[in-house]
Amino acid sequence: MKPDDAQVNWVEEPKLGLTGKMYLPLIFSGLAVTTKHLFGPKMTVSFPEQRPEIGNPLIYRGVHRLNKDEQGRVKCVACFLCATACPAHCIDIIAAPSPWPDRDKYCESFTIDELRCIFCGMCEEACPVDAVELTSLFDLTGRSREEMIFDKEKLLSVYDMTKDAEPMKSRVMGASP
Amino acid sequence: MLAISIEALIKIALLVGGLMTGAAYFVLLERWIAAWVQDRKGPNRVGIPLTKIKLFGLGQPLADGLKFIFKEEATPRHVDKVLFTLAPISILAAALAIYAVIPFGSVLPKDGVPGVDHQINLIVAPGIDVGMIYMFALSSIAVYGVILGGWASNSKYSLLGGLRSSAQLIAYELPMGLAIVGVVLMTGSMRLEEVIGVQASTGTWFAFSQPLGFVIFVVASFAEAARLPFDLPEAEQELVGGYHTEYAGMRLIMYLIAEFLHMITASFLIAILFLGGWHFWGITGGSSTDVTWFQAIARIVVLNVKIFAIIVFFMLARWSWPRFRFDQLMSLAWKVMLPLGLVNLVAVACLVEYQPVLESKLGSLGITAAMWAIAFVAWIAAGILAPLHSDNSARKDNFVLDAERRNRGLRPGIAGPSATGPY
Repeated sequence: MKPDDAQVNWVEEPKLGLTGKMYLPLIFSGLAVTTKHLFGPKMTVSFPEQRPEIGNPLIYRGVHRLNKDEQGRVKCVACFLCATACPAHCIDIIAAPSPWPDRDKYCESFTIDELRCIFCGMCEEACPVDAVELTSLFDLTGRSREEMIFDKEKLLSVYDMTKDAEPMKSRVMGASP
Repeated sequence: MLAISIEALIKIALLVGGLMTGAAYFVLLERWIAAWVQDRKGPNRVGIPLTKIKLFGLGQPLADGLKFIFKEEATPRHVDKVLFTLAPISILAAALAIYAVIPFGSVLPKDGVPGVDHQINLIVAPGIDVGMIYMFALSSIAVYGVILGGWASNSKYSLLGGLRSSAQLIAYELPMGLAIVGVVLMTGSMRLEEVIGVQASTGTWFAFSQPLGFVIFVVASFAEAARLPFDLPEAEQELVGGYHTEYAGMRLIMYLIAEFLHMITASFLIAILFLGGWHFWGITGGSSTDVTWFQAIARIVVLNVKIFAIIVFFMLARWSWPRFRFDQLMSLAWKVMLPLGLVNLVAVACLVEYQPVLESKLGSLGITAAMWAIAFVAWIAAGILAPLHSDNSARKDNFVLDAERRNRGLRPGIAGPSATGPY
């Protein structure tokens, strides 16, 4: 690289003045900043007693849920788009012929391995019927690995648990039901 | 004889107990201040064991200590086992032994303690005339602990940490010594009790009468205690853990306690040598050893408050300023601090020699003003002549200079103004 290359944009750092060379003034200004923060407001949330505020639950990516339609049926049509989109391969679907006339297939079993999931939200984006969604529940714990593999019942129960606090995103965002 | 031994043992027990508890709680304070400066809350959960009482996290040191005790005492296979164990012991022993000559208060009142026929000095070994030399000698032994640990670990990071530390401690002992010589000249004694006594009787702390010496001593004690911005011996980002990279469990905690003790020692020395020790105007009385109980306790409290404040300053400083690069560290010691120390020494020597003449001409306030003026002029001169910052940012002219040097077959030097300037 030539120093006078027209492509090179030289950004000049300001040179130190006399106060900078004296060093102590800069030291005291540094000390003033730390002292200000020492007594300033704290950002930490005392977690179990105090819940953090989630900015926008609509775009938060927490635990999954399987949405139900008005008649209480699972919305999933077992198209496998979410399982295909999933980069962590954590979605496992078993399809079966639908008992209802409005669709060909439905999911007999729908499991998400929450330990394997990276919470990227690709499944939510891929779903053509807005069946799988990510809620704003973030404190997901379990005592065994088996417990963390969420099956269809559990995912539907997450929907029941969160439907009042968090309506289905497609509706909030203005799509048809 | 027996009574004196028992008295000394009680003092030692008080001091060692206080220092160990102090070191443990200063770890907590360090974590708190680190958290508060970074807008966090810091450790506030551990309270009384087996209850839900949290006590603002005051149980944390207990938990930390237990953790260290129950940790596996891992000894890597490639180390020199004898030196590996000896190093932390030697550094901790030396750090503790310094406190034999450091007063932790003044005196107790005469006949204040039943059954004791003499006045009790609040210092383990009172009346040692070479107190400061003893202290200096022992604080230099810290280098042995560090370099032995670095060498015995047989690991590159440890060795580099040890090497850095030895170079740094030796370099900063010189300005520190020069600053102390200024105090010794003004006091005429090497006893730390005497240093406080002189400051208390005149009512002028040495920080006011020789500001340059004070600044040099504070900077040098930061370096001697290996605290940021001088913590190169254990710079985590560069050396993993520095000289104690290979240590774990009890041996590691010995190093960590020794490090905190160095900081506490440095605070004691700053308070005693330059900030009047236990003296505070209007509360503690003059230098008289004929004290009431109130004065005796006030002196202990004042000394401890000063030490606490200095330690808080140490911990705040850690988060205020970035670490020096090693060449900056060395140029600060040899090009800035050493000449400034000499200026201070000459000024103090002249002051002591011509005190009667100067006092009649300038008055004592005038002398202080003159010392401050000398300090200002010397500091500004040092700032202009030996700038701390070596400018090696990527400026265009630096780059051109570098390219020219390369064309002439020379090694591209530290670029920029420094290539033609003082460097």
